[in-house]
Amino acid sequence: MLTIDRLSLQLPFYASWWRRDWTTCIEAFSLPFSAGEVHAVVGASGAGKSLLAYAIMGLLPPAARLTGQLFYQDQPLDDARQRQLRGRELALIPQSLNALDPLVRIHRQVAWAAQRAGHPSTIAQHSARQALDHYQLDARAQQAFAHELSGGMARRVLTAMAHVSQAQLIIADEPTVGLDPLQRNRVLAALRTLADQGKSVILITHDLRHALPIADQVTIMRDGKQVETASASAFQGTGSALTDAYSQALWLALPDNNFSPDVIRAQEQTPKEANIA
Amino acid sequence: MDVRLITLLIAKRLLRLTLVLLCVALVSFGLMMASPIDPIDAYLGPQMAQVSPEQRTLIAQRWGFDEPPAVQFGHWLRQLVSGDLGWSHVYNQPVSEVIGQRFQRSIALLGGAWLLSALLGFGLGLVAGAKEGSALDRVISTYAYITASTPAFWLAILAVLLFSVTLGWTPTCCAGPTGTLSQEVTLATRLHHLILPVTTLALLGVANITLHTRTRMLELMRSDVATHAFAQGASRMEVAWRHGLRHASLPAITLAFASLGELFGGSILIEQVFAYPGLGQATVAAGLRSDIPLLLGIALFTALFVSVGNTIADTLYGIIDPRIKAGEP
Repeated sequence: MLTIDRLSLQLPFYASWWRRDWTTCIEAFSLPFSAGEVHAVVGASGAGKSLLAYAIMGLLPPAARLTGQLFYQDQPLDDARQRQLRGRELALIPQSLNALDPLVRIHRQVAWAAQRAGHPSTIAQHSARQALDHYQLDARAQQAFAHELSGGMARRVLTAMAHVSQAQLIIADEPTVGLDPLQRNRVLAALRTLADQGKSVILITHDLRHALPIADQVTIMRDGKQVETASASAFQGTGSALTDAYSQALWLALPDNNFSPDVIRAQEQTPKEANIA
Repeated sequence: MDVRLITLLIAKRLLRLTLVLLCVALVSFGLMMASPIDPIDAYLGPQMAQVSPEQRTLIAQRWGFDEPPAVQFGHWLRQLVSGDLGWSHVYNQPVSEVIGQRFQRSIALLGGAWLLSALLGFGLGLVAGAKEGSALDRVISTYAYITASTPAFWLAILAVLLFSVTLGWTPTCCAGPTGTLSQEVTLATRLHHLILPVTTLALLGVANITLHTRTRMLELMRSDVATHAFAQGASRMEVAWRHGLRHASLPAITLAFASLGELFGGSILIEQVFAYPGLGQATVAAGLRSDIPLLLGIALFTALFVSVGNTIADTLYGIIDPRIKAGEP
């Protein structure tokens, strides 16, 4: 459905007052995403996961330097097409709960999302209600303001806003952050259902363990580079099916497995990771 | 919200308002006591020389000036509560009448300028913020920065020079033609006399609201809310209309109502320049000619006016932003 072909992204920064330098955030990233699949993109903070999402949606700041190509349904996905497809074919479930407008009632915001997807306003009201019902948000929650909802409910509202647009490609950016196990499973199950309906779901997360049960494919990212793409079933046992040492180490570092940080430590830390740590 | 809660809320607001007024009364009374104005001299005016010291003490006794300040304040406060603000010797009328008449004229000037500056400022700020970096934004920002740093009376003098003296489009002074009774002045003439002062005052008020609204809009356009809306395919104008309008109205409302006091101060200068017989001009006259009752009355009235404005802003805040619940301490 979506193919990324040697995508590189550079962002400017000022090394001093007048000298502008470029930092490479994503480097030669190539990946196909297919319909009906949940594709997890896993990496540490600063690996460029969210920027990848913004690059696909075309929401990068104007100063960003983007090379490589995107193809959506076999046609190049350029600026103009991104603008046209945003909210209709491409949907983003943002990472931050601040993405909900604190001054507007939930139902209204979802109706706006439906309108932006091209529904006429009367139908938008109706489909917003339906989408919210679908994610078990009752009438009270629909009439509430964002600050009156729990984290899990707000997450489901954001999912409902992506769902109401009928988009075919859904990018979920860290949808499980700060949720308790019950709420987390609810959100993940909702994403799985979207994929089962034939949509393509890109699940961006740093939480490999919880992504695996619903993911079909897993891509490990590190420092803007693609380390390895494997099917979710490769993450098993000692991780011998994985080809890259970093992804193996990541897998083994999980509490359920070896819980051995040594393997990751044996891996050289990149300067950027050291910075973040 | 049930009726009891609303009653409680109103009672609390009224209590707070009373306390504010009491403080203002206390401070302004203290200032008058400390000022070098002798109320008897001020009352007598040029006849001062014809009055003997014995007569002066008699007046002082009659008016209670020989009593300690606290007792005098008590007298004044008691009269105030019964609705008697005193007698203005400058206008030879009860103070409440002077304030009432003057305020009617000032409210046309103040209210017109206030409404115009709030609406225009908010609109310009929204447009400038939504179209950040465009030519329109640059024109609006430049205009706002220039007017923000322009003194009111100077602009007023320039306006009179250009529009009244050189071009002759507007009258140079007053609320109506000279030599005409105020009852005979038609509405059109009144408005004609109001145009220049209102415009001058509004032009200056616009800058502040425009700049604050614009800043809030820029902040919003970079926020997660806007990014999410863009991800749904919204255009900048749509985000400005649906999200920006609500978010930017909060600082605009605060400013608009907080600037009531400022506007009042500005109107004193403007009314002086345009010789407009409003409350501002009465304040100047009362100050220059030591009309203490009138000055105190105006101080109290202004405090009431500004407090009510702030209370309205407070209430509106709770309506627009659900995170701020009115009535909760």
